[in-house]
Amino acid sequence: MSELKQELKEKIIEQLNLEDVAVDEIQDNDPLFGEGLGLDSIDALELIVMLDKDYGIKLADPKEGRKIFESVQTMAAYIEANRSR
Amino acid sequence: MKKSVYIQSVGSVSAQKTFDNSSFLEDIITYNDTTIRVIDPNYKEYIPPAAARRMAKGIKMSTVSAKNALTEASIEESEIDAIIVGTGLGCIGDSEKFVKDIIDNDEQFLTPTRFIQSSHNTVAGQIALGMGCKGHNFTYVHSSISLESSLLDAKLQLEEDEAQTILVGAVDELVDHHVNTHHLIGHIKEEPTETSNVLKSQTKGAIFSEGAHFFVLSNKKNEGSYAELLGIKTFNTLQIEAVETEIIHFLNDNSLDPEDIDLLILGNNGDVEFDTYYQTLDEGTFASHPKAYFKHLSGEYDTANGFGFWLANKILKGSLVPSAVLRGKHEIPSPKSILIYNQYRGENHSLLLLKKC
Repeated sequence: MSELKQELKEKIIEQLNLEDVAVDEIQDNDPLFGEGLGLDSIDALELIVMLDKDYGIKLADPKEGRKIFESVQTMAAYIEANRSR
Repeated sequence: MKKSVYIQSVGSVSAQKTFDNSSFLEDIITYNDTTIRVIDPNYKEYIPPAAARRMAKGIKMSTVSAKNALTEASIEESEIDAIIVGTGLGCIGDSEKFVKDIIDNDEQFLTPTRFIQSSHNTVAGQIALGMGCKGHNFTYVHSSISLESSLLDAKLQLEEDEAQTILVGAVDELVDHHVNTHHLIGHIKEEPTETSNVLKSQTKGAIFSEGAHFFVLSNKKNEGSYAELLGIKTFNTLQIEAVETEIIHFLNDNSLDPEDIDLLILGNNGDVEFDTYYQTLDEGTFASHPKAYFKHLSGEYDTANGFGFWLANKILKGSLVPSAVLRGKHEIPSPKSILIYNQYRGENHSLLLLKKC
C-alpha cells in the first residue's frame, strides 16, 4: 500500500505537471482538491483516465470520484480494492 | 473618415534578449546550430504556478510578451477591445503529444489538457481568460503571413473605429518532431551554421527558431506611440520578377514613392534558394536604399516577421538603427519611414509600411 501511495504521488506530479511540488510534500491525507493541492475539474478528468489506463478501473459514475479522489490515501485504498492490472 | 492606426507598445520573447525591453539589441547572442530557441524569461515572475502548469511553451512565451506590451502601454487590461493572434503552427508541441497519445494508446485514454493546449486558438484564448477580456478574440493561421493577417484585421477594425485598442500578437514554438520532419525535407540547414554568417550562407534551408511578439495597437496617438501603421499587403504567390513592381504599387497605394522610404527591413534567412527574392532589391529602384536584416538574430519561423515588426517599431521610436541589423559598417540617419518585406520559401509574401509618429 505504501508503495502504491508513493507511485500515485509521482504520477500525480508528473501527469498534472505540478512542477513545484515534491513527492514528500504530499501527505497521504492531504486533500487533493480545493485547499490541498488545489486540483480542479480538468485534473479530475486526468485522474479518471489514469485509473482506467494504469489500473484498469473504469468509473461508471463520475460522482464516485468525489470520494475516491479525496486524498492519496483514499485513491490508493480504492485502487487496491478494484484494480484489474 | 478612416482613423489612423498607431503601435503603442511592444513585447517580444525571442532568441535575443528582447523580453525586458530595456535595451535594444546591444548584446547580441550568436549561435552555431541548425535550430535556436528563445531566451526564456523567468516565467514565474509573470505567470502563477497553478496557471503555468497547463501552459505549453508557446502560451508562456506569449503571456510574457503580451504582459510586457500591456505594461508598456500603461493601459488597464479592461481597455483592450480585442485580442488577435497569428500563428503558423499553434502550440504544436502539445498537438504532437496529443497525436502521439492517440497512436500509443490505440485511440483510448485521451486526456483533456493536451487537447485544450493543442488547438491553435489556445494562445489568444488563454490571454483573454487571464485578462478577463470578453471582446473579439481571433486567431489567424496562415503560414508566414499569420501575423500580417492579424495586423490587417486589427487595422481595419481600428480604422473604422469598431475597436479603439487591440492586442495583436504572433507566436510559434520549436519542437522536436517538427524539427525532425523539416530536417528530412531540407527546410532546415543540414549543417550547423554560425548565425552571424547565415546571411552569407550558400546552402539550402534556414536556421529554425521560435518566438512570441505582441503589440498594442490603437487609433489614438499618444506620447509613447512607436509608429503609425500605414499599410499591409500580403500575397500568397508572387513571381520573383514582380517583387519590385508590387512594392512600388503598394507604396503608391499609400501615397508614397520609393524615395520616401528611408529603410528596408528584409526577411533574408540564408536559404540560398529563396533569398533571391530579396536580392532583386539590391538592383533597380531600391538598389541604393539602406537595408536591414533580422533573421540572423531571430531565426526562421512562421511568425518571425514579428521580430522584424518589433525591430521597425524600436528603430522608429528610438531613431536608432542598431549595427547588428546592418551588413557592413555604415550609419543610417534616423529613419522616418520603414518598409518590411518578408516571404518564406517563395510563398506568402508580405509588405508592412510604418511611419514615425
